[in-house]
Amino acid sequence: MIKDLVIVGSGPAGYTAAIYAARAQLNPVIYEGSVTAGGALMNTTEVENFPGFVDGVMGPDLMDSMRKQAKRFGAELITDDVVEMDLSGDIKILKDGSGNTVQAKAVILAMGSAYKEIGLENEKRLSGRGVSWCATCDGFFFRDQVIAVVGGGDSAVEEATFLTKFASKVVLIHRRDSLRASKIMADRALTNPKIEMLWNTEVIDVLGADKVSALQLRNTVTGEESKRDFTGLFVAIGHIPRSELVTSQITLNEEGYVSVDGRSTRTNLKGVFACGDLVDFTYRQAITAAGSGCQAALDAEKFLSH
Amino acid sequence: MMSAGKVTVDNFDEVVLKSSKPVLVDFWAEWCGPCRAVGPILDEISNEYGDKLTIVKLNTDEESALAIKYGVTSIPMLNVYVNGEVVKTIIGAKPKPALLKELAEFI
Repeated sequence: MIKDLVIVGSGPAGYTAAIYAARAQLNPVIYEGSVTAGGALMNTTEVENFPGFVDGVMGPDLMDSMRKQAKRFGAELITDDVVEMDLSGDIKILKDGSGNTVQAKAVILAMGSAYKEIGLENEKRLSGRGVSWCATCDGFFFRDQVIAVVGGGDSAVEEATFLTKFASKVVLIHRRDSLRASKIMADRALTNPKIEMLWNTEVIDVLGADKVSALQLRNTVTGEESKRDFTGLFVAIGHIPRSELVTSQITLNEEGYVSVDGRSTRTNLKGVFACGDLVDFTYRQAITAAGSGCQAALDAEKFLSH
Repeated sequence: MMSAGKVTVDNFDEVVLKSSKPVLVDFWAEWCGPCRAVGPILDEISNEYGDKLTIVKLNTDEESALAIKYGVTSIPMLNVYVNGEVVKTIIGAKPKPALLKELAEFI
């Protein structure tokens, strides 16, 4: 049986697309991802800026609500991964992690983004041995320790602030001399007595035999190198789009984000739409992702009605 | 349906270290999103391959001494024990096909 619409990915973009498409009676199938369901917000704590939640909302709770809302209108939720896609023809063919194949007239891509790594060999080797990408998962294990966070954006500042609940000291390492994070979050970090800023500094190596013991640092202005002891390193230097499944068939920009036509969500392939962090290298907020998921569903609905 | 059992400091020796077949211990916590995602997948694997590999869960909040002893700094952490020794460590939530591949030698 050929479906009208399959949605791949399940952050705010994917679920919002599913809510709109289900209400438009397109009977969407949404592949939530076997371990990535809910997307990036599943690893956050409090979301304070999603409109409508006066007192804030926990990221996982927000995603659970969106999921239930999509389900309520009849979206078919599948907790599995899409592992292969052929999007070139009029009928799109998708294969999932359990070996099932599904066919669809239209596809919405909402695979989101993954954590960026610094790109050091020892970072990989010591991953899970002191190197982490998830403060909410792992902060607990660094009670009363001195740990480093690398990055200067909202997620780095949020992680650093969160980690002060456990760590005796958090050193925020940033290669520039000012933070990219929003003002309210930056101020919170800069005034937190447990957070020390290390400006104009980059991490050039992670040291430790079987767990992190120190970082090799370099001053980006003077080039001077130094070593400093840490038991943990949290990496929050941004994200890379999860476009690897469609790299060879769809137009991407230089950084791997899916390109869309103007302010629409139309990709270069007929019947294929893209939204959320997979497309957005500028705003990357829950609310903008949700907004673009809505657009994708409306674009897909229009496409299917012709 | 066999879902993964629970281990504590009281039965860890018995269930994990003295087991005659390989045991996978899932170090997890309630507040960890990726742990909650991988939990049901481990239940499925336990159900399908329980005759070859025992799968148990260890709550790191309730059993922090064991978590510290085994050097947990990231969860979910999946340790496979054979004859009382850790022979494999998998860190982070992974899809079922990827987990089955990593566990191929035990199942």
